[in-house]
Amino acid sequence: MQLRRRQQVMTAGGAVVAMALSLAACSSSSSTPPASSGSGSPTAGSATTSAAPTATGTIDAAGSTFQTNFQQTAISQFKTVNPGITVNYASVGSGTGRSDLYKNTVLFAGSDSPIPSKEASEVPAGKTVLYFPVQIGPIAMAYNLPGVKGLKLDATVLAGIFQGTITSWNNSAIAALNSGVTLPSTPITLAVRADSSGTTQNFSDYLVMAAGSAWKLGTSSTIKWPSTARSGTGGSGVAQIVKSTAGAIGYVDFSTATASGLEAASVKNTAGQFVAPSSAAATAAASQVTPKSDLTFVAVDQAGSNSYPITYQSWDLVYAKQPNANDAALLKAYLGYLLGQGQSLLTQLNLAPLPANIDSMAKAQLDQITS
Amino acid sequence: MSATTQADPARSAGSAEPLAHRRPLGDRGFQILALVAGLLVLIILVLIAVTTAQQSTTWFTTAGFKGIFSTDWDPGANKFGAMAFVYGTVISSVIALIIAVPVSVGVALLLTEVVPRRWSRPIVYVIDLLAVVPSVVWGLWGIIVFVPWLQHIYSSIASGVKGIPVLDTLFGGTNIQGASFMTAGIILAVMITPIVTSLSREVIATVPAIDREGAYALGATRWEMIRGAVWPHSVGGVTGSVLVGLGRAMGETIAVALVIGGSPEVTAHLFYPGHSVAAVIALEFGEATGGEFRAALIGLGLVLFLLTIIVNLVARGIVERSARRMRGA
Repeated sequence: MQLRRRQQVMTAGGAVVAMALSLAACSSSSSTPPASSGSGSPTAGSATTSAAPTATGTIDAAGSTFQTNFQQTAISQFKTVNPGITVNYASVGSGTGRSDLYKNTVLFAGSDSPIPSKEASEVPAGKTVLYFPVQIGPIAMAYNLPGVKGLKLDATVLAGIFQGTITSWNNSAIAALNSGVTLPSTPITLAVRADSSGTTQNFSDYLVMAAGSAWKLGTSSTIKWPSTARSGTGGSGVAQIVKSTAGAIGYVDFSTATASGLEAASVKNTAGQFVAPSSAAATAAASQVTPKSDLTFVAVDQAGSNSYPITYQSWDLVYAKQPNANDAALLKAYLGYLLGQGQSLLTQLNLAPLPANIDSMAKAQLDQITS
Repeated sequence: MSATTQADPARSAGSAEPLAHRRPLGDRGFQILALVAGLLVLIILVLIAVTTAQQSTTWFTTAGFKGIFSTDWDPGANKFGAMAFVYGTVISSVIALIIAVPVSVGVALLLTEVVPRRWSRPIVYVIDLLAVVPSVVWGLWGIIVFVPWLQHIYSSIASGVKGIPVLDTLFGGTNIQGASFMTAGIILAVMITPIVTSLSREVIATVPAIDREGAYALGATRWEMIRGAVWPHSVGGVTGSVLVGLGRAMGETIAVALVIGGSPEVTAHLFYPGHSVAAVIALEFGEATGGEFRAALIGLGLVLFLLTIIVNLVARGIVERSARRMRGA
């Protein structure tokens, strides 16, 4: 009887192994660009688009969570234009995305900041990284003060609030910016990110640039906030804290703040104007930028009376030299889409399209992707 | 394995020939399989230790002994002290044990000694269901439902203990938050209860019936029987199962990351937000810019690894010592 049982187990085990093998066969055949399906799709592609891309296959990408919404929407739209190309974007964070690029496990990495100097040594020798800016967006100062609309803040006051030196809403520094508004004596509750984030990085960059020596906590993807701060995971975690706590203020990307129905403060820009966060105000800020030759730039604290000062950006990082012609063609097709038709998707996501000058520079840079 | 070999002679008495032929081959196969499996575990463990150590060398060399053993974690200023996280991991796990152990051992005793068998089965089933809930669900439930609710309770406890020496330090203060060491401890307690209960139950069930009957025969009440016959026999095993629970609590990541508050502080105030080793790795790895930051997070993984090994060694020590005491008695 024991013998028979053992045989049963063995046949069951055999079945599992067989299944695993067949599964593995499935996945390997779908991940490599198959010649058979490749011959079929270009005809379908040429039927819909005039310049039919000949490349088919899969683009694996990873990086910035700020890009997640845009990438997901763009991927599904792109699929209707180019059914032969599959794009997988894993939102694992800019740092991990860049690290994946260095290890060659992805074709491009989404990143909210250029490669930091500390990381320069990790880029494989002889590789040139191209920066393609793809989206910009405002960081909203979301707050929860019942009865107070259109709150106005500036960099010095924000610095005071976020390092815990301004602790109640009727503080004279806040009142000075909001004449005619009755501010409650509610204590200020800080809502910050518990996870490291490009939003934190760019918000603290803004405070360093605009508040100068008044800001003492430095700039990083993780800041040592005052211990009274409440931390939430992800932008939606911060939004949740702001929403549920009277007297709370937090920095959240504009699309999340809008989705959560939060009030956002107007922030004073370098022209002395108080501007509320919006797609248009973010594009206005970015249009003031003069990008460097590698297309890196900083969009925070820009000139212009319509510019929202806490505007940040995200790039897709690509190696100039691709291992084969197919990968180069895939990247050109997809990045070309993001910089072209894809830009029109951004406003509805409460992100902002690139200003025309940067967009055309980025498109021109596509030619530098070679194999 | 010894059980099957012992059972064989009796069984093979009927049809001796074919079995005798097959057995050695099967045994050898099994031996190789077991050996490979055992070695594989060991090799994987060593490889993990080596690669994490290798990838975190930047941290060890730049921060130095003093830097690592500081409580100052400020990536913006290049300060990567690990102790605030180690503290948070230990405190939240200890809270979890303080809550979970009496409950688990109580339930285990209830199931083995008090409730008749046909009633114990559904209770076991329900407790095991707790173990099925994924940790991210515990975390999300914690942050959305439990934390706002606890916030009020914590505040009223804090105002209640104001001015009372020790209690004010533990449960008082001005920075009371729903997401805190205590909340993480409570969630962990719920998460480790099933494993501690089921391990303890199995240990207690091994107490020989003759010991129990002996105690009863001497006129012991049920409580005296548990204390005199069941407890000395199973205390080592129960301690072992508690330490398995502790290991679990220390390694738990996502539920803790969501409810502990994410503030690397060392404080005796249990209602203040804190942080843990596993949580900081999960939360900060994604956007960690290269160099020392990433190395420090990988190094924290190594720290957690060592912490767990220490706990396991201690567990083993305690179990063995109590087993020796039992044999002596």
